[in-house]
Formats: sequence, structure tokens, C-alpha cells
Amino acid sequence: MQLDNLYQEVILDHYKNPQHKKLNATYDAQVHHVNPSCGDEITLNVTLNGDVVKDVSWDGVGCSISQASVSILTDLLIGKSLTQAQEIADSFMHLMQSKGTEKGDEEILEDAVALAGVSQYPARIKCALLGWMAFKDASVQALAKQV
Amino acid sequence: MAFDAHSIAKDFPILDRTIRDGKRLVYLDSGATSQKPNVVIDAESNFYRLSNSAVHRGAHQLAEEATDAYEGARSIVANFLNAEVDEIIFTKGATESLNLVAYAMGNAEPGNRFHLIAGDSIVVTEMEHHANLIPWQQLAARTGATLKWFSVTEEGRLDLSQINTVIDETTKVVALTHQSNVLGTINPLEEITTRAHEVGAVVVLDACQSVPHMPTDVKALNIDFLAFSGHKAVGPTGIGIFWGRAELLAELPPFLTGGSMIENVTMTSATWAPAPRKFEAGVPNMAQAVGLGAALTYLTSIGMENIYRHETELTAYLLAGLADIPNLRVVGPTTTENRGGAVSFTLGDIHPHDLGQYLDSQGIAVRTGHHCAWPLTRKLGVPATTRASLYLYNTTEDLDALIKGVQDAQKYFGR
Repeated sequence: MQLDNLYQEVILDHYKNPQHKKLNATYDAQVHHVNPSCGDEITLNVTLNGDVVKDVSWDGVGCSISQASVSILTDLLIGKSLTQAQEIADSFMHLMQSKGTEKGDEEILEDAVALAGVSQYPARIKCALLGWMAFKDASVQALAKQV
Repeated sequence: MAFDAHSIAKDFPILDRTIRDGKRLVYLDSGATSQKPNVVIDAESNFYRLSNSAVHRGAHQLAEEATDAYEGARSIVANFLNAEVDEIIFTKGATESLNLVAYAMGNAEPGNRFHLIAGDSIVVTEMEHHANLIPWQQLAARTGATLKWFSVTEEGRLDLSQINTVIDETTKVVALTHQSNVLGTINPLEEITTRAHEVGAVVVLDACQSVPHMPTDVKALNIDFLAFSGHKAVGPTGIGIFWGRAELLAELPPFLTGGSMIENVTMTSATWAPAPRKFEAGVPNMAQAVGLGAALTYLTSIGMENIYRHETELTAYLLAGLADIPNLRVVGPTTTENRGGAVSFTLGDIHPHDLGQYLDSQGIAVRTGHHCAWPLTRKLGVPATTRASLYLYNTTEDLDALIKGVQDAQKYFGR
């Protein structure tokens, strides 16, 4: 079934056991993003150490795609430099826009390649991107504070 | 002739197509937009083929024919609502109708009954669609009037226990939905209209989810203004209705100004044509108005009482079927008493978007999310729901497919 491309085990696992889904009390920047067309909401905290992503924590409500995507994001980006994080985010964005023509580079995206199937469902791409947009926003704000 | 949803469904060509690798389309999203019968598709396209011309202008035969078709549609709408012809205003949809009345009130000068000032109040309800909430929020913000509202009970009914303080001497407008697009609740209008008129307020009814589904008599409803969208009533998109009582339309200032809506114009001033033209600036959506006329004629030929009865039977069938599914919670009344065929529910930990996606893989079209009633879904503690909304062409087979689809989704996501 084509639906299995969308709902891979990895995604359902992250949905049932989301990573870093508990807002850390201390953070450099906190953002709140919503998906106005569906009501999904996320609050996301970012802490930097120089140009390294020291911590990402979050809370929110949403579908399995949005929740799994941000859960995977935290696993992927914590400990990376902002430059690396940007490359990963760009690669993920590219995958989401691929309309099902690409599988994603597992070297870079790791578990996030499980979300490749989302690109075949235009209405769900924004679900997968909710946490990534929040991270981008929060990391820019956190970086600005360092200056 | 007995009501036969299967033969009615044959009038709707889209219901013949397949979805996602050959699945039969089970369309349960008529609350968002209804499908269209051939007679409507033909009426709209034939207007372009045969009569297209700008109405109320031009000295040629096409202009005459187009005007006849457009004004004929207005008469059909008037008959459908038991209204007077000049009380029917074509808009592009209910959203525009509701903005029209809210903005027009905001244009009222001191001395006009619609003039609002600080100290006045506007009353809405917690179950409003954004289209019947935000225009009033904005009007309140522009005029300094206070926005008040009726809250919603856990059962999904309006809490009218404080009606005499919610609607009080300061109230100028009471705007509410006839039937909730989320809960399916049909609101008790009589108590509200009586109280509103007692204090001199006007009642604006959002009838998007009622006019397409039940007989509507604007005189019997004792309301002052009404809005609905053609596309939810088997009509085209881009056409809606704003109805108002004649004496109120005479006093209500215009919203949009421009061509067609004037009586006289100089370089520095203008006066207005009487309603309905006062509220129809510019060349209107003519083909769509004609299509709406065809739609209401079609619905009338089937009978609004018959359609209402059919949907009530389907709703009872669906509620009974859903009641047997573990972890499923209906958000809204669980009986058909004062309830229409918009049925929202949650399903344990399975998010509505995921459920909707699974149902789609089975050819079943439902709506998921907050249904443009975010304050309501927040109040009820359910950020999102799955909604099946029924119409005349739905059958018990459609509902069986939905019920099985929901059960299968539980297995799919429970793996």
C-alpha cells in the first residue's frame, strides 16, 4: 500500500516515543509556531554553545508526521554545529520538495529519510516542516543574542 | 416519488470517479463543499455558451437574456427562503455576506440604527465559524463596542442560562450559526431572537450549514439577516446570498461601492440605488448566480423535507455505528435531537490528520483539523477532530465504509 511509504515504522515509533519532548527550563531562544490550516502547535527551545547546538527541547500537539519530524530533528541536530545543522535542514527541505523522486541521503539525514514519503503528499509537507521552521527561527534568535 | 439516494447520486458525475488506485469515492465532506449535479454544471456552462453578457447594462439581446437569467435566479432564491425578491443580495459567498453586514454597520453614521459606539455590545457564540466571528471582532475593534458571547456546554449546546445578561440593553447585534459546522448542533433560535428583539438588537444568522440541508423560512425564523454559500448547496463556488428584511436593508449603508449600486453620481458625491442593487457593486458572478438558481430548483424538486429526513436517518445510523468503536468520542450531540449531519469525533491517540490520511487511502474523503472554529475546538480541549458531513447523495454504504475505515485505521496505527 502506498500509505506505507508515508507511515514508516520509524515515524510511528517517534510518534509514540517522542525524543526531547519536554521543554528545558533554560534556553537561549524560545519560539511558538502554529500551522494555521490544521491547528498543529509547537513550542521549541534552543540553547547554543558558541556555534554548536547544545540543546533542543520542545512540546506540542500535532499529527504523527509533525511530531515524528521534530523528534527526529532533535536527535539529528543536537551536538551539531550551526553550519552542519543548516546543511541538514537544507537537505531535508530539498527532500520534502522532491515530489517522491528522491529517497534522501541517509548519511546526512539518518532517520529523517523515513519522511521521504511525505513529499508525495503535498498537504502533509507543512506538517513535516513545522518543527524545522521553528528550529530555524529559534536558532537565528539564539545566535542574534550572542552578538 | 420515494427518496432514493442511490439514484440521486447518479446526478452527480464526480461520484462516479475513483480515488487512490481505483477505490470508490466516498464523499463525506459536504460541510466543506458539496458536489454538483449535472443540471448545475450545465446551467453555469450554458450561461457562458448562450447568454453571457454583463447584466443590467447594454442595449442588446444578450444583455436582456443574461439579466433575465440572473434576476430569475434571484426569484428562485427568494422563493426558496420565503423571502421577498428585493431582499436577496448576491455575494461571492457567506464570508462576503457576513463581512458585508459587519462592514456596512461600521459605515453607519450617528442616528442610523446600525451606528455602533463604545458601550454597545455585539453578541456571538463560542461555536462560530471564523467567518461569523472575526468580522464581529473587527467591527467591535473599529467602533469600540464590546464583543460578548454565549459559551458552549460539554454536550455541544449553547449555554443560554445567562441569556438575559449576555443579551442586554446594550446589545445591537446578535450573530450566530444556525447549525454548527463542527458539532452538528442546531441552535434554538426562538429564545434568542425573542430576547434580541426585546432589547432592539438585530439577529444575523449564519445559515451555511442549515439552508442546504433543511427547509428554511426566513419569516418564520424571526431573524433579520441571513447568509449562506451556494457551493455548500450543490451550487457553484463564487456565489453566496445575503438576505435582510427590506426595511433594514433600506437603512443599512452600502459596503462595496462602484458600478451598478448607484442612483446618481457627481464628481464629489453619490447616492445609492435601492436594495438589492445597493449591495451589488460591479459586474456580479452571473453564471454562478444562474447555477445557484439551478441548484435550488434541483433541491426543491427533491424536497427539502425529504433531504432533511434522509440526513437525519443517516446521522442516526452513523452515530450508532461510531458508538460501537472503542476510544471513539463524538464531539457534539450524540442523538439526532436538534442535530444535523456534521459529525465530528476523536479516536484515542490517533491524530485526525493521520486518520484522515488513512481514510483517504480507502477512497473516503473527510475533513480534519479545527474546521475554522479554533476557539471552539480549544474550548472543548480537542485541538483537532475528524469530521464526516453528510448530504442528500450519501448512503448507508458510505457510512459502512467510514465505520470500517475507522476500525481498520485503528489496526493500521496500532501496529
